[in-house]
Amino acid sequence: MMATAVQQLLPRLLVGVGDRAMVHLDEHLGAHGPLPDLLARAPDQLIELVEVAGVRGHGGASFPAGKKMRAVASRPGPAIVVANGSEGEPASKKDRVLMRELPHLVLDGAAVAARAVGSSDAVIAVAADDERSLRSLESALHQRRQARLHDDPRFELFMVAPRYLSGQESALVNAINGGPGIPTFTPPRPFERGVDRRPTLVQNVETLAHIALIVRHGADWFREVGTSRDPGSVLVTLSGAVTAPGVYEIVHGMPLTELLDIAGLDDELTAVLVGGYFGTWLPTATVPGVRLAGDSLAEHGATLGAGVIVALGVAACPVAESSRIADFFADEGAGQCGPCVHGLDAIAHSIHGLATGTASRHAHSDLERWLAELPRRGACQHPDGAAKFISSSLRTFAADFADHARHGPCDRCRSQVLPTPAVAAQPGRQR
Amino acid sequence: MRLRVNPIRCVAHGLCAEWLPESIRLDQWGYPIVDGPELAPELVEHARRAADACPTLALLLESDGA
Repeated sequence: MMATAVQQLLPRLLVGVGDRAMVHLDEHLGAHGPLPDLLARAPDQLIELVEVAGVRGHGGASFPAGKKMRAVASRPGPAIVVANGSEGEPASKKDRVLMRELPHLVLDGAAVAARAVGSSDAVIAVAADDERSLRSLESALHQRRQARLHDDPRFELFMVAPRYLSGQESALVNAINGGPGIPTFTPPRPFERGVDRRPTLVQNVETLAHIALIVRHGADWFREVGTSRDPGSVLVTLSGAVTAPGVYEIVHGMPLTELLDIAGLDDELTAVLVGGYFGTWLPTATVPGVRLAGDSLAEHGATLGAGVIVALGVAACPVAESSRIADFFADEGAGQCGPCVHGLDAIAHSIHGLATGTASRHAHSDLERWLAELPRRGACQHPDGAAKFISSSLRTFAADFADHARHGPCDRCRSQVLPTPAVAAQPGRQR
Repeated sequence: MRLRVNPIRCVAHGLCAEWLPESIRLDQWGYPIVDGPELAPELVEHARRAADACPTLALLLESDGA
């Protein structure tokens, strides 16, 4: 099969990942070669390289990385780079794998980005409870100082609260500036005025890792795999009803069924969640036609987001899963925008009512109205993403919701596939 | 011109919907929902007054380039 042959050109990023704690600088240089002399390259040349390669952001929004770099570089004043490794998405592990095992790839990418936007500083933002990533990055920085990598910017490690919205760009900038790590009203956007009021490039750590390889091997090499809209490879975190859950590097455009075959389904499939908690459910019947790239996913109203894919098997209850995530959305909001605070709370209540057979008769019409009213009314995309997920759940699992509304919880309701932070998963929580 | 709400500042006084019912209605908690992206030219002056009336300065009248 064609896609399988292409898949054999991988791994690109996940080279040398395995049993060791992290890939040492010497091994990293042995595997990928040294970075080309960045100071010999014009910043504009580096940006153009990233633009031609066509790499998109891997943090969730899929914004073209080169375009973002150019926006920052075009602003007056000294810029700064923030490598976003906060990974607040509970079902995502890929940024952690990169930072823990391949920190030099991330740091290389941050060095390239810093040179491209004319910055001598780069902040690496990591969740405060992610001690292994912090340790790996610290020893990687130590190795680089010892090796006197003269192209490196001044690196700073920054710990953010381990929360879902910590990685939202304006929230991250807010935290680094010493404020509460919650979103701010934009404009100004971070590229205009961010950390220390400087033009700020916030780039996901995986995006930077791809850039570290693009600058070594070129844009043509990068585009050898993947699709024209989504060139290159991508890290996905696969979990749920599979025998081998984990982080996979795949080519963009790989059929979803092929990934599920590699990981091995261990249950009959109900649906597949693509794109994490701001993502979309793909019912089993649609799965065979889906390829893991923007174009194909868009036909199903989905995006790859930060690469989270969860296979939901028939042993799980889609209604209880959706209800827990509705609670999660209400709990994880910043609590500063009225429509989001009240809307998500009301939605979580109603969904819980449907899931337990205690909903009022107008629960469905209430939900329909709230879900329609919510998008674009917060300072960030939290309400939009939440509404998208809940709408997808109600649509995909309509029969299951109807069944629960009539008969109450089923015997599968207590099983949990989609992870939620401990506080949201406390037993006996009432909504 | 178009209207935009700063949702962090807004605390649901609701004056904007009184000044400009043509473009703004309130949700069940009293927070504004702005209709449509473009403001009709004849409403711009009313919109300006609505923005000025907001006690928390949460209603913004922006030119399209902004």
